[in-house]
Amino acid sequence: MEAFVTHRGLAAPLDRANVDTDQIIPKQFLKAIGRTGFGDNLFDAWRYLDEGAIGKTPNERELNPNFVLNAPRYQGASVLLARDNFGCGSSREHAVWALMEHGFRCVVAPSFADIFLTNSFNNGLLPITLPGDMVDDLFARVAAGELWLTVDLRAQSIQADSGETWAFSIDGQLRQRLLRGLDDIGLTLAHADAIRAFERRRRAEAPWVFAT
Amino acid sequence: MSGSTLYDKIWDAHVVAERDDGMTLLYIDRHLLHEVTSPQAFDGLRAAARPPWRLGANLATPDHNVPTSPAERAAGVAGIADATSRLQVQTLDANCEDFGIEEFAINDPRQGIVHVVGPEQGATLPGMTIVCGDSHTSTHGAFAALAQGIGTSEVEHVLATQCLALRKSRNMRIFLDGALPAGVFSKDLALAVIGAVGTAGGTGHVIEFAGEAIRALSMEGRMTVCNLAVEAGARAGLVAVDDVTLNYVSGRPLAPSGAAWDAAQASWRGLRSDADAVFDKEARLDADSIAPQVTWGTSPEMVADIGATVPNPDDADGAVRANAVAAALQYMDLKAGQRLAGTPIDKVFIGSCTNARIEDLRVAAAIARGGRARAKTLVVPGSGLVKRQAEAEGLHEIFLAAGFEWREPGCSMCLGMNDDRLQAGERCASTSNRNFEGRQGHGGRTHLVSPATAAASALAGCLADPREQL
Repeated sequence: MEAFVTHRGLAAPLDRANVDTDQIIPKQFLKAIGRTGFGDNLFDAWRYLDEGAIGKTPNERELNPNFVLNAPRYQGASVLLARDNFGCGSSREHAVWALMEHGFRCVVAPSFADIFLTNSFNNGLLPITLPGDMVDDLFARVAAGELWLTVDLRAQSIQADSGETWAFSIDGQLRQRLLRGLDDIGLTLAHADAIRAFERRRRAEAPWVFAT
Repeated sequence: MSGSTLYDKIWDAHVVAERDDGMTLLYIDRHLLHEVTSPQAFDGLRAAARPPWRLGANLATPDHNVPTSPAERAAGVAGIADATSRLQVQTLDANCEDFGIEEFAINDPRQGIVHVVGPEQGATLPGMTIVCGDSHTSTHGAFAALAQGIGTSEVEHVLATQCLALRKSRNMRIFLDGALPAGVFSKDLALAVIGAVGTAGGTGHVIEFAGEAIRALSMEGRMTVCNLAVEAGARAGLVAVDDVTLNYVSGRPLAPSGAAWDAAQASWRGLRSDADAVFDKEARLDADSIAPQVTWGTSPEMVADIGATVPNPDDADGAVRANAVAAALQYMDLKAGQRLAGTPIDKVFIGSCTNARIEDLRVAAAIARGGRARAKTLVVPGSGLVKRQAEAEGLHEIFLAAGFEWREPGCSMCLGMNDDRLQAGERCASTSNRNFEGRQGHGGRTHLVSPATAAASALAGCLADPREQL
């Protein structure tokens, strides 16, 4: 997993509630068997006017001039401002891979869907939950002009270049894992003896679970 | 001290350890796999030279992008026309063979949608923890199993460790009182729940469905309700064990038998919330007052009675919601105030992990009998065994006589990873689970409905109330 400590980036707004993972990365791109190659198809159906397909390169595509992330002022953005329930729907981790490959390191929203949240932490994409009025404030600022934000996971703060800060909170232990970019499976395998002991007990109590 | 909820009980019975980072390691009894979300996980195992922890816990089947047309299906995996789909199915076959994981391959009669196959085989048993790299894993909660969808990193984690690192969710209970009226089904019940609590109503929670209307449902009906728990934001849904559960499980290929069955069912009978258990959140709906439901928007919470009209964005609560309604109406090409019933449709899809089981097909066939489709209609059974059962009952002949297409099992037009999809601008009455923009095809418009409403709409050529045809 990619570690996350601090990040300074341009903010871009996506002013829609319930953005589902089908929108973040449409199904035709899930046929890939690797973890890369999804960035060009992030928000594909909103970003382009023509229908996307695996193997079609961005220079063969027709950009949708009305899609906010296509605006020249948001090119190179790496902090996404979003609304409630971001990442709902399908469990596809490809959504997180696509966001990161496109260059996003952080998503700020009033709430996230559960599976998306886990997938984000497992890849080092930082999902920051802020109260609705703070998110409204950030949307207002990004509409008013170029907004650069510095996200500091150690200090748990977002700071605008103008000096204003917004505090957020990520559970201490989870924060450590992100800061250090620790291997999740490695952390669990440190408990291999406990897993084996549990398994012996469970096998005695519920042998039908182990019939296959 | 208050009693335990059903979720508390299953959780407590599977806690292995607390990890240093504060996550709880929960032991996973069953892991279901399919071709879309597993290849990167197998690659990860190989890269780290990690073997699967317990091979027998895993069961795989290709479902998301298998073709459903009998002609393309006949030649098996080699016959899949789309090269990327073919490679993905071949990759699942190769990974299962390399690692020694049991797979029901493409034309095995037991192949099907993973959430239809698990229960059908008895791979899904009460009290289990079950995961799959698919959000609709919540389906298996109908068996009082703690079942949830996971991402691909977690698929690799479960393969390597037989555990999932989790933080416990909160407890939510939804009571469904009374009885569903004739012509109203579990799908309508589930959509009405999502309409009431919202698509994020269960976020951070596991939802237990309780009450008379749930107890009266068959296992298949309960699976439909739990399947849609994720559309209400919950990672998992649950229903307590009763005789209906045990009768369904008994005799399944992987279910215990003889003395093992006696021990198992004695243990399973305790899988219910204690009378004094406390829930963090509760909701209550009256099943008697539920009508057939149809979605009008691009989120499952945008749902209304079949007799209702399309809402007006101006009536929405707040600007974000008003924008969402306006955007949905534009995408769906609907006008505020327009009646939903009577809206012309181009296609009908009867299938998916929500509604492709034998009871769903029976209901659809009862309406299709003697009628004639006025929209292109696909009927896609949930598994090879569902297909076989339907054919033994002659349901396929009813569908074919009505001009419906009878297909091979798979996820099909629920998400259109194969050729079964909507063209831009096409409108579909669908028994699937998501009406997201483009879900069934780029620019396609989806109305989520029950199998009865789908069949009635197929015959009418427009969204139609099934109660008029029963």
